[in-house]
Amino acid sequence: MDTLHTAFTRRQFMIGGITLASASIALPQFLSATALGLPGAEPGATSIPGVNEDRILVVIQLSGGNDGLNTVVPYGEDAYHKARAGIGIKADKVLRLAKSEVGLHPAMAGMADLYNDGLLAIVQGVGYPNPNRSHFQSMDIWHTADTSGTGNGWLGRYFDSECCGFGKGESGTQEKDANPTIGIAVGQDAPLAMRGQKVQPIAFESADRFRWTGQDVDKGLEDDYQAISRRGGRVGNSNSDFLTRTALDAQVSSDTIRKAVAAKPRMNYPNSDLARQLQMVASMIHAKLNTRVYYVSMGGFDTHSGQGGENGRHANLLRQLSDAMKAFYADLKAMRRDTDVLTMTFSEFGRRVGQNASQGTDHGTAAPVFLAGPMVKSGVLTPHPSLKDLDSGDLKYTVDFREVYSGILEKWLKADSKKVLEANFAPAPVLNVKA
Amino acid sequence: MRQQPAERAKPINTSLQALGAKQFGFDEARHLLWRAGFGGTPEQINLLASWGPEKSVDYLVDFQQVKVEPVRDDLFSKDIIRDPNDEERMAYRDAQRNRDENRLAELRLRRQQAEQDDREQARQMQRWWLKRMIETPRPLEEKMTLFWHGHFATSYRTIEDSYHMFRQNQLFRLHAVGSYAELMHQIIRDPAMLRYLDNNNSRKGKPNENLARELMELFSLGLGNYTEQDIKEGARALTGYTYKGDDFTFDQRNHDGGAKTILGARGTLDGDEFVKAILDQPACAKFICTKLYRYFVHDYPSGDARKDAAAKKVIDDLASTFRSRGYEVAPVLKRLFLSQHFYDPAVRGEQIKSPVQLVVGAVRSLNTPVRDLAAVLSGLRFMGQDILFPPSVKGWDGGRAWINTATMFIRQNMLVFMLTGRRPQGSDALADSEKWDAQALVQQIKAAFPTLTGDTPAEVLNGVLRFALGRTDPHARDVLEKYLADQNNQLTPETLTELMLLITATPEYQLT
Repeated sequence: MDTLHTAFTRRQFMIGGITLASASIALPQFLSATALGLPGAEPGATSIPGVNEDRILVVIQLSGGNDGLNTVVPYGEDAYHKARAGIGIKADKVLRLAKSEVGLHPAMAGMADLYNDGLLAIVQGVGYPNPNRSHFQSMDIWHTADTSGTGNGWLGRYFDSECCGFGKGESGTQEKDANPTIGIAVGQDAPLAMRGQKVQPIAFESADRFRWTGQDVDKGLEDDYQAISRRGGRVGNSNSDFLTRTALDAQVSSDTIRKAVAAKPRMNYPNSDLARQLQMVASMIHAKLNTRVYYVSMGGFDTHSGQGGENGRHANLLRQLSDAMKAFYADLKAMRRDTDVLTMTFSEFGRRVGQNASQGTDHGTAAPVFLAGPMVKSGVLTPHPSLKDLDSGDLKYTVDFREVYSGILEKWLKADSKKVLEANFAPAPVLNVKA
Repeated sequence: MRQQPAERAKPINTSLQALGAKQFGFDEARHLLWRAGFGGTPEQINLLASWGPEKSVDYLVDFQQVKVEPVRDDLFSKDIIRDPNDEERMAYRDAQRNRDENRLAELRLRRQQAEQDDREQARQMQRWWLKRMIETPRPLEEKMTLFWHGHFATSYRTIEDSYHMFRQNQLFRLHAVGSYAELMHQIIRDPAMLRYLDNNNSRKGKPNENLARELMELFSLGLGNYTEQDIKEGARALTGYTYKGDDFTFDQRNHDGGAKTILGARGTLDGDEFVKAILDQPACAKFICTKLYRYFVHDYPSGDARKDAAAKKVIDDLASTFRSRGYEVAPVLKRLFLSQHFYDPAVRGEQIKSPVQLVVGAVRSLNTPVRDLAAVLSGLRFMGQDILFPPSVKGWDGGRAWINTATMFIRQNMLVFMLTGRRPQGSDALADSEKWDAQALVQQIKAAFPTLTGDTPAEVLNGVLRFALGRTDPHARDVLEKYLADQNNQLTPETLTELMLLITATPEYQLT
């Protein structure tokens, strides 16, 4: 096995396992069935001995614009309490963070625990120039890493670079060995962030929907469907060959993913949608899928009115996030995969400093980004943006979000951030890993 | 490689000469209906086959002669999103001056309500258009409207004004197979486009280059056929092209009337003269004909040198027709749909259906119930073609970009939904209970093949496959035959439905 592993190049290694199905379609059918039965590569197994290449990124999207000021609270500043007379968090209620002048919202005990265990990094004041306050537009900007909000997603471009190389292939052609499960999004939609030119993520709300529903009409159709989809011997480059191969890939990854998610839960998660999504991700990681990036999301952060303070609407959202993150890392640790998994949270924008007349907050600008996992440089990494030097009532960003992306791409995913981001952003020093 | 040697040996017919009437039968009529429209029932296919190529193509392209319910201008409200009137402007200024937070919150809330209402109207509009595509007796009109929507791609997501999207949609319908030159002159006056590409704030001294760039790169010439200097000067020509309310207005004060040189044309050029300079470029007709070829015939470039060489020749020929006919689209399409090349086996059954083509085609050819349009639209979104919300100004890439492992299931499951009412997403409790009439389709298929007199399951299967897939993959055929044998060869409505579920789950069903 050792010789086999060292013989793999990094690229081949990444796309091993599941894609053996694609690679083997040229083989006669009995051989291809054997290939399908092969397990994925062992986690931690390396293409270069001593270097762990099984690195996973989990992205948690907080939709609606999370109020950063009531998440990571600058409780020592008068200006904060003045601007937030109705919904501010009292200094004595804040969960103070060691070696910093800020604290977490009282509902975030779970993430405070992660912080105290050295598993949480907080980057404050993350934003971009000329902030856009439209939900759609600003979300697109974060997804594309482009301030015009157009083009492919930043993770999609990373997938493209991993599977096909940049600039290779004309539109309308696809390299044969793209990993069909390189990016998995749990949710209704394939997020723009993960859409590349060549590689598209798999998206499913619940794994049992990632399958043909015709068999629900009549269970007896399943075998016939499998027989239709699993067809060997098509290596040509016509569209019908391409479709036949994709149908085969879909079949194989559907079985793998559904089996992974159907496995018995290893521990209890809190009862929330985000927790359910993260539990599914943990199951897929446990099943050793060759997935590099998982994407989950939760909504409801658009708190224009009745946001609440210590308790209430926003507090409930933060509790769900925080408890789910804590359970996720406990689960990963129990399966000894925590060191393989970096998690990042983001929202399309923060909210304005001053509360509005409806005991809520309106669309704002810069906000904190959380990074979790044993590999992060634990702590509050950047100072809170000034509450006095505002841009017409909004925080001025101090860290461009693309510097955070660059740090993750360079140091964690080992990709060329200049090519993926199509611009030069210094990698934010957020991780304790050698590139 | 298991390519058929016979196919390889036979050269692709690149002639735009008309196909002989004798060579136009059921299969050719089926091909024409799928490509120039969204497919048809066995009866419709048979009718076209009996008409012959010329009458069929005339009927499809000269669709003005086919009566259709006209689209009323007041179909959608134009006042959900509108500029504030003087009174409202004053109220807002007062509230700001007095720091009246309550009043400001109230005004903001009103604005948010309007935005929410407008999003709802945009969703209504999506349902309306989809329904029109399903029901129209002029399939090419809607198919070309969709073509221009993908070509001059504008997204509601950015402009957030549903009425402007509606007006643009109507513009595309009006000129669907008319003059492309006229469309170019109109698109630089279209409020949705002006807003989408930021030209509404482009003024003398501070021109915004967005529209000028895309006008050449994506709408007419393609990369490499203009310079950065042309963009700069073109942007100056377009300054002052803006809109007020729902209408175009030329803002003379903000227009740069100075001397310019664009694509070799000199003078104090304005937007129309910029468009004219573009239309004078030989690259223009070729660029548009390439897109039409990809939309109606085959991927290009496809990675297959033999097919690409054939495509290049055909595109060049079409482009010369396009130019000589003054950028009228109808003559180009007629020439194409009648041509020998269009019916060559190499380009048949090899086009990946767009999501719209897949679902609209399912209803129009299989005669499935229309089902819940909201569910169909959410299916379209999952498959990557959210109409009125193209992903960028580039529109949809099309071809293989539609297909991945996830969209494969969604495509197959959409057909399960259309045929049985079982929803692809969400709860089964809401299953749409309307039954699809499989027997009626089979009756039509039998009528379509008079030679097929027998009722044996094998003969019926032959007819169904010829109609639904256009060709028979031996592997799929074996599986389907076995399925029928397992059902004791009983052709009940249930077994016919299940047969169709399997047929629509074949990779070949994704092609036309």
